[in-house]
Amino acid sequence: MTAATYPTRWRPPPAFFGTRRRYWIFTGCVILYFAWSLSTLNVDVNRMLAGFPRALDIFARMVPPDFSKGQLLVKGMLESVQMAFAATLIGAVLAVPLGIAAARNMAPRPVYLAARGFIVLNRTFHEIIIAIFFVKLFGFGAVAGLLTLALSSWTFCGKMLAEDIENVRMGQIEAVRATGAGFAQTIVYSVVPQVLSRTVGVLIYRLDANVRHSTVIGIVGAGGIGQTLSASFSRYDYDFAAAILLCIAALVALGEWFSDWVRRKLR
Amino acid sequence: MSEAAKRYPEIWQRRSLRETVTSWLWTVSLAAAAVWSITMLDIEWAFFRDAHEQAIDLAERMWPPRWSYLPVIIGPLLETIHIATIGTAIAYVFSVPLAFLAARNTTLNGFTWAIGRTLLVASRSVNTVIWGLLFVAIFGPGPVAGIAAVAARSVGFLAKLVAESIEEADRGPVEAIESTGAGTGQVYLFGIMPQVMPVLIGTTVYRWDINVRESSVLGFVGAGGIGLQLYASINQFAWQQVLIVLAAILVIVLISEAVSAYVRARIS
Amino acid sequence: MSTAKPAGATPGPSPADALLSVEALVKVYPGGKRALDGISFAVGRPEVIAIIGSSGAGKSTLIRCINRLVEPTSGRIRLKDTEIAGLPRRELRRVRRRIGMIFQEFNLVERLTVMENVLSGRLGSVGFMASLMRRFPPQDVSGAFALLDRVGLDGYHDTRADALSGGQRQRVGIARALMQRPDLLLVDEPTASLDPKTARQIMRLICTLAQEHNTPALVNIHDVALAQSFASRVIGLKGGRVVFDGPPATLNAGVLTEIYGAEDWSQTIRRTGEDDEE
Repeated sequence: MTAATYPTRWRPPPAFFGTRRRYWIFTGCVILYFAWSLSTLNVDVNRMLAGFPRALDIFARMVPPDFSKGQLLVKGMLESVQMAFAATLIGAVLAVPLGIAAARNMAPRPVYLAARGFIVLNRTFHEIIIAIFFVKLFGFGAVAGLLTLALSSWTFCGKMLAEDIENVRMGQIEAVRATGAGFAQTIVYSVVPQVLSRTVGVLIYRLDANVRHSTVIGIVGAGGIGQTLSASFSRYDYDFAAAILLCIAALVALGEWFSDWVRRKLR
Repeated sequence: MSEAAKRYPEIWQRRSLRETVTSWLWTVSLAAAAVWSITMLDIEWAFFRDAHEQAIDLAERMWPPRWSYLPVIIGPLLETIHIATIGTAIAYVFSVPLAFLAARNTTLNGFTWAIGRTLLVASRSVNTVIWGLLFVAIFGPGPVAGIAAVAARSVGFLAKLVAESIEEADRGPVEAIESTGAGTGQVYLFGIMPQVMPVLIGTTVYRWDINVRESSVLGFVGAGGIGLQLYASINQFAWQQVLIVLAAILVIVLISEAVSAYVRARIS
Repeated sequence: MSTAKPAGATPGPSPADALLSVEALVKVYPGGKRALDGISFAVGRPEVIAIIGSSGAGKSTLIRCINRLVEPTSGRIRLKDTEIAGLPRRELRRVRRRIGMIFQEFNLVERLTVMENVLSGRLGSVGFMASLMRRFPPQDVSGAFALLDRVGLDGYHDTRADALSGGQRQRVGIARALMQRPDLLLVDEPTASLDPKTARQIMRLICTLAQEHNTPALVNIHDVALAQSFASRVIGLKGGRVVFDGPPATLNAGVLTEIYGAEDWSQTIRRTGEDDEE
């Protein structure tokens, strides 16, 4: 073989894009997008820079956290947990019919479409938007929060349940149907055993999520610790706010740990 | 053995007595806890009596939608998307070093690992909207606070999943790069990053989709986006505007969900 | 310097001017398992040395102790004039650049291109930013193209590693190791994940390339026939000790029985004479 000459330059082919040109077009678009979006946002650099000393000031006023208003804190936290817990149970019970209605292999087509539409509509809107409507209907306080969380648990659990039901093995359902069982009997004997353990996992996850959400919907007046937090912020009561934030973080971490623990046990 | 001698039980139960009792105890205590929770919330039941009338009344006042309000909210709608996108982009950049700090096999020592984990927990356990409250206090009202809030919440979300994927990365290629005498940074770059890239991009796109939904309410605490218009319209009882805003939010959330699903499907 | 001569000593220089010398190497795993129990040998000239032994004999631990992917418990490892055991991290990296390694599972970075995998052999010589931007010196790039051509993967440079077959992946692994221009090749079961025909091709490639680059190679292998047909020296391990060290021709049933335990070895040994036919 004669002495072959090899290239001395090599550039990696762009991943995801196929050709280098498409890669550069994409990169250009990204840069243009950020330039455009930042220009429309009227970012006031001076105000931003002024924010950093203010952040230090706020942080300094947060330390040490003020736990002296313990009663208010405990009441708010307890209310959050109660809302979360009750909402999970209510949502779970209501989710059973919704889940069946939204399962393609169980429900007739119009029922299926209606149930799916309801789920999509509810899951699109942030809990806070839903909460604000319940606050308008039921006044300030925990009721609005409870209903908000119950509604979102209902649709969330319903959606998960519907997906599980759609994934059940049709063979087992047919076997039970073949014995001449009715609709309810078919569900109890062939669907329930297949989806039960995963559904319990979903419920535990939802309880955890509800605890997290219960800490924010109070911002629009729907009860719980969020209401206390929002009030303390508007009063510039930062050391109390810090105490609340620490408690929320602890509660959320505890909830996550508990939910992991239960799901490990279930597996 | 004769046929007649063999006797079969006539009662069959799926669970033993003890199992039955335990499962009933669980059910009863769950129900009791639920009832206790609800009674403790001192609910004003009177409100429920006319709730359906109120709801119908509200619905009637929303119709017909005030289309003239649509041009007013185009700007805020775009701002909502910008907040989500820029916030997610910032979180994307910071999540990588944080993930390496918080992964057991790449952190420097126990102390740095503890720092990484603390940052993860702090970022994740505070909701985007609460981060919004905090950043509005710092930067004043406006989209900057919203971007900071989205970034602050998302960085922990991304870093946690990336850190898990770093911990699960295949040791083989890492060993191979180590044995070429590469520096630690190069080992991470060549041995680990290619393995976690799909997770990083997939979760970022997924989080962006969640963030569009989150930034639709950031305006409630003054952190920019469409939430401000929604809140104002509700407080002015301008329900026909509220309907328009809700419809607009529905559209952008559904679009972002579709985009995110499309990109994630293409990656895997 | 006083060292016990390895069993079945081969003609070779004293450890002082050896290319590689290993003395009284011991590795005790945290569980208490004594994987290496005083291994000593020296490599005097660039040749292919097969290390054979049943699984658990310590072959893999030995290879990995030499570049300290596994930390040896005691003993000395000397590569030319550098003492490897006990080197601090920074210097260890410098020594590792001089030692190429080829793995059983190939250990390519699957989502990177063939070229990036080959060039990763040069990571020791470029800075972090350059490696981030994939800017390698021109002579490294052309060297990588030449090596790819040499291992039979011309034109594959932009292919992603996970799109290759097992044999092709091992060829990339070989190119990556040679990219380091190593003073020593460590080869850990290079053929165990390959079919018999590819295994022979890969073994032949490793041996020819080691010869071309004038590099000694330590090859872990449990296929005795392959070891006999390609290596010029065989070291037999049993229970973490060297029980045989000599040219492949002197491997006989007695020696194999000592290494692997009693078995009918006539088939294995007879194949030694015939060479490959592909």
